[in-house]
Amino acid sequence: MRLLAFAVAAVLLLAACAGSPAALNSALQGTPSADQVNAVAKNLYCPVCANVPLDVCGTAACAQWRGQIADLLADGYSEQQVYDYFAAHYGQGVLAVPPARGLNWLVYLLPPAVILGAALLLGRNLRRWQQAAPSAAKPSKDDEYTRQLEEELKARR
Amino acid sequence: MIADFGFFALLMAFLLALYACAAAAFGSWSGQQRWVSSARSATILSFPLLTLACGSLVYSLANLDFHLQYVTQVTSHSMPMYLRVTALWGGQAGSLLFWAWLMAAFTFAVMLREWRRDRDLEPWVIIVTAGTLAFFLALILFFENPFLRYWQGVTGTVWAALWQPAGAQPYIPMDGNGLNPLLRHPGMIIHPPMLYIGFVAFVVPFAFAIGALVTGRSDDRWIRVTRRWTLVAWLFLSLGLILGSRWAYDVLGWGGYWGWDPVEIAAFMPWLTGTAFLHSVMIQEKRGMFKHWNMLLIILTYCLVIFGTFLTRSGVLSSVHAFAQSAIGPMFFGFIAVTFAVSLALLNKRWATLKSEVEMTSLLSREALFLVNNLLFMGILVICFWGVVFPIVSEASGGIGRAIPALAHIFTGQRATVGPIFYESATGPLWAALLLLMGIAPLSAWRASTARTLGRAMWKPFIISLLALAALLAGGMRQPLALLALWICAFVFLVTAYEFLRGARARTSRGETPLQAFWRLVARNRRRYGGYIIHIGVILIAVGIIGIELFQQETQGSLAVGERMHLGSYSIEYESLAEFETPDGRLVDRAVVNVFKDGQPLTQLYPRRDFYYESQQAMTIPGLRSTLEDDVYILLVDWEPVSASSATFKMYVNPLVNWIWLGGFVFIFGTLVASWPDAELQPARSRARVRGTAERA
Repeated sequence: MRLLAFAVAAVLLLAACAGSPAALNSALQGTPSADQVNAVAKNLYCPVCANVPLDVCGTAACAQWRGQIADLLADGYSEQQVYDYFAAHYGQGVLAVPPARGLNWLVYLLPPAVILGAALLLGRNLRRWQQAAPSAAKPSKDDEYTRQLEEELKARR
Repeated sequence: MIADFGFFALLMAFLLALYACAAAAFGSWSGQQRWVSSARSATILSFPLLTLACGSLVYSLANLDFHLQYVTQVTSHSMPMYLRVTALWGGQAGSLLFWAWLMAAFTFAVMLREWRRDRDLEPWVIIVTAGTLAFFLALILFFENPFLRYWQGVTGTVWAALWQPAGAQPYIPMDGNGLNPLLRHPGMIIHPPMLYIGFVAFVVPFAFAIGALVTGRSDDRWIRVTRRWTLVAWLFLSLGLILGSRWAYDVLGWGGYWGWDPVEIAAFMPWLTGTAFLHSVMIQEKRGMFKHWNMLLIILTYCLVIFGTFLTRSGVLSSVHAFAQSAIGPMFFGFIAVTFAVSLALLNKRWATLKSEVEMTSLLSREALFLVNNLLFMGILVICFWGVVFPIVSEASGGIGRAIPALAHIFTGQRATVGPIFYESATGPLWAALLLLMGIAPLSAWRASTARTLGRAMWKPFIISLLALAALLAGGMRQPLALLALWICAFVFLVTAYEFLRGARARTSRGETPLQAFWRLVARNRRRYGGYIIHIGVILIAVGIIGIELFQQETQGSLAVGERMHLGSYSIEYESLAEFETPDGRLVDRAVVNVFKDGQPLTQLYPRRDFYYESQQAMTIPGLRSTLEDDVYILLVDWEPVSASSATFKMYVNPLVNWIWLGGFVFIFGTLVASWPDAELQPARSRARVRGTAERA
């Protein structure tokens, strides 16, 4: 009976641990694998070497920063917390994409706005052109080619 | 002595370029052709002069004349002869001279053409080409002179100057710094010249376009004259980009071929507008439409060529402060601003005369679809341009935050990084749409096309492409994005193949063998079928990109000797590591790794790390096993310094990546077919010859 009570308690304890964030952190607190470190480092840029993602940068400084990521993960930091830590210490330039705040919103809003604007303009003009009176188009060599091709294929059948 | 010779040749070329601009302008204004002819001769002469300038610098590089600052910066005793010669484009000053020499070569070739039909355009073509050349020569002469020499003052101070300062003695270092290790690769030796040729060749269609704008010619003569120049420019730019990708794959050691680095994007942007232009000019040639748009596209392409050169040379990519310190940055900026403003002003002036001759008659016509194609290319351009300049904007806007403290939290002045995630997610849907359009547009007719005619033309390839999709599903593929992308590739390929098949079938009915029919079909309409071959190349490249982007696997681990690491169906075993020095000044650490597939021995690879003593730089060279199915790509990351008992490896499996290079070959071949000279037939004669598909296509 005591054995059963002990087993139930152990299972409950394990289940409680498995369901909590603390459990996840403690699981990571072992030593994060190189793949786990690289998965985070991929989204960070070397603060010194221009335009080189941290997971592939070969300098000693970058190896140290990867080590720092490993330490932070081992301390229970989540991926986002590691990004925040690096941005706070080395500036937002270390993030692979600018965080969506302040002026950075322009990165995400401007291109779709321009493309949508151009698409709307094009759509409106296409309709206007189509509604215009039928035009006297120049004879096209290419149309001539297509016509000949169709005729020959028909004759073949 | 040789350097003096080179400098004077350079100076003469600059003065002649200035003279050519002035004489051509005066000749055009006064109507005196002899001045234009004189300007033309001056432009022609600048090429041999710059050949002498380049030749003297190459001579100095080959003979390691360390008295010259440039030679010291980019060469060393340990470098083999071929690298000393290619160091011409290994540094800022030399590469600018090389750029100018290529520009002069293209100008030379343009000037030698028959001008009888285009006398009115001639002075303006001279002004634009010689003006561009003069700008680059001014940069070289006054800011980045490769003929500067080292001098030592009595106090021991060493500086670089063209002439011997009073009291100074020549200073000749014992050895040079050597070429940047990243540039000591066959891909990097060929890649810059290809890119530069692509850049400078786009100046030719721009020059003719400006000529047409100034003279008020609203016909498509400038497009017809420059069609092959444009294709050549596009061919070399494409080749430069493909070679650059291959170089990145082989040398940069990050397992990929394209990192959306600002320098890559700087070269990619003119390619985008150039590709849009190549499609769009067809509308003007066939239908007399979109004349404004074509002008705008070639103006944009020219400005992006200069902008790309500016971005990579001004220092602005590293920081706006570097830009302020760079002497050539503001010069480039001013030149781009002036040429862009003047070109737009000219376009505005001729706006009314460039009206379309006809109106669009169908939303599904070839011209409408080409316009959508242009919109997509421009969309990708906007994303690329904004992604490249935003870091500069974010840093430069800090001034606003400092001036208005209330806005300081918005304009922080912190430099942002815009990495691959942004570009890939933003451009991905546009690329997919472009690919799909590539399958639909060739089936639509010029002027009038309906959903019914289009449907009739594409239903067979569509049905077969669904079978391909079913095969992928049956093969176990479940990733929706990959299924969609590969289905589009299959559909476009089948449409293109179907077009070939239909043309060839028409010819075989006239008694030709299938091989003859295919050959003559392509040979008699190189532009059309060359374009289709390019499309097939694009599909192959797309398949490669889908493979590596969506299915790449990677892992990293430390292995003791004899230990194995697994990734997918592959595994690697660390066998040994050797360290040795090479005569060209490298310390090489080279690992021996055994590769297994499904447990069976496959091959042996040798990933290594090369440390260059001169530049104190290390390069990680992958061990690579390539097949059409996938690449096993292994990097040596770290190792035990003395015992080498363990080493850390990064291992990638890159599916289908070789299709990118294969597609590149097909792409280049298609461009060669499309641009190959074709006899221009008279209309009556051509009608007589047509008698079928393939004779005239």
